[in-house]
Amino acid sequence: MSDAAISIRGLRKSYDDLEAVKGIDLDVQTEEIFAVLGPNGAGKTTTVEILEGYRDRDAGEVSVLGVDPADPVPAWRERIGIVLQGTTLEPALTVAESLTQYAGYFREPRDVEEVIALVGLGDQAGTRARKLSGGQQRRLDVGIALIGDPDLLFLDEPTTGFDPSARRQAWEMIAGLRDLGKTVLLTTHYMEEAQALADRVAIIADGRIVAQDTPENLGDRRLLPSTITFHLAAGVDPSGIATIDGFGYAESEDGGRDVRIQTHAAVETLSRLTAWSLQRGIELDQLEVRRPSLEDVYLELTDS
Amino acid sequence: MRPISLALHEFRFAQKVFWRNPASVFFTALLPVIFLVIFATIFGNDQIEELDGVKVTTYYIPAIVTLAVISATMVNLAMNVTIAREQGLLKRGRGTPLPPWVFIVGRVGNAIVISAVMLVVVTLIGKLLYDAPIPWERIPAVLVTLVVGASAFCCLGLAMTVIIPTREAASAITNAITLPLYFISGIFIPENEIPDGVLSFANHFPVRDFFEAFFTAYSPKTVGSGFEWGDLLLVAIWGLAGFLIAIRYFRWTPRQ
Repeated sequence: MSDAAISIRGLRKSYDDLEAVKGIDLDVQTEEIFAVLGPNGAGKTTTVEILEGYRDRDAGEVSVLGVDPADPVPAWRERIGIVLQGTTLEPALTVAESLTQYAGYFREPRDVEEVIALVGLGDQAGTRARKLSGGQQRRLDVGIALIGDPDLLFLDEPTTGFDPSARRQAWEMIAGLRDLGKTVLLTTHYMEEAQALADRVAIIADGRIVAQDTPENLGDRRLLPSTITFHLAAGVDPSGIATIDGFGYAESEDGGRDVRIQTHAAVETLSRLTAWSLQRGIELDQLEVRRPSLEDVYLELTDS
Repeated sequence: MRPISLALHEFRFAQKVFWRNPASVFFTALLPVIFLVIFATIFGNDQIEELDGVKVTTYYIPAIVTLAVISATMVNLAMNVTIAREQGLLKRGRGTPLPPWVFIVGRVGNAIVISAVMLVVVTLIGKLLYDAPIPWERIPAVLVTLVVGASAFCCLGLAMTVIIPTREAASAITNAITLPLYFISGIFIPENEIPDGVLSFANHFPVRDFFEAFFTAYSPKTVGSGFEWGDLLLVAIWGLAGFLIAIRYFRWTPRQ
């Protein structure tokens, strides 16, 4: 427990008759990047805002850096950084001014110049927030959250609405926080984001955690079958391979077949397929072997 | 003292943000001066019999000072604090070690300083363009009126953020409250043109009382030190009511 930056047991929260969080247990270790992944309305933001000290809870035990966030004392606030969902900047202040303003709130802030470099806004230091691009504004949001040199950083959907290149840049920056020794709790509804950044992922759906593991092992991904797909031209008789477990096909427009085999023994199956193909001189067009993606797991777990 | 240096820090940034916002600068700093010039041009150098023959231009100096102080305090805070709330800036600030009252004090301090600047600007323009006398011998009454009124209207501005739901609604609601009061309180139209019944109705609201206190302090016909304690008390009671509403119902998180 001493290693846990965040520890949650039996957390519950309702709004009127809507039960948003229905009993969550979660541990985030120090210096870990932890992603909470789930669809909109799953209870992500409610949970994170309880951890940040913005909301009270109905039941459960919560400890964030050893403090109950229901009583957010200033000394605790010195140690956490928060990026809210949606950009929150003063449009009239420049990058450097915004950071200087927030630096003044902390007893031992980081150097403003250093944070500007860290979030990659060196060329925009004198630009007012309103003139920054969406991606740059979000990086300034992260810079403001880092200015107090926090031990723990909350990032609530840091890249929602970004184009792919802005998202890549944001990911590089967030991955860089690992080198600073920060603990990061990130919420997202992007599968790739959790996969790219997180040491561990919890999938939350309908107020409960439905899976929690490393991105590789999540939802027993290793136990799910791989999928082999290829195309057979018109007139090819598939009866020699139709006995393989998990075999199935669909007629394609050119009169041939789109074959799809789900298998737990991908290597053995492939070897049978290629032997069959070589013996008879049959092409396996567009042959592809696919592991179950995190997305498959996610869609299955969240029923969406 | 750290709380004081924090409040000054916050005040400096409130100043920067204010002067960089074209809408704030226009409505708070320029519009009162434009009103003064327009009214003085329309009504010229007439004298108001009912007020011991005070010149109309002299009448408009305390009237426009009243308007300028209310713009810099109540209107400014109602608009800008609501906008900051809806942008999530208040919520973000609460997530830092900054004590919440420092945030408010920085903005209230900014509003009061701008009020004082506008009082000086309007008074000087009155002297230079219209030869309206500067009330040197009643400066204490002018300053006390300024401090009581500016503080009270800051509280009322913070209370107004409670009823303003969105940034879009901010200017409509503040105008709907202030403009009718300016008309019936003798800010826009000299009070001798306003029926007595309307004026006594206006007396229940702090705009009229604030103006009367300024008028007495400014008017060259005033005998004595120029303090209108009764009016100031009523303004202060309104301010206290606003303060209590703000303390009880102020919201730090966006409604939308």
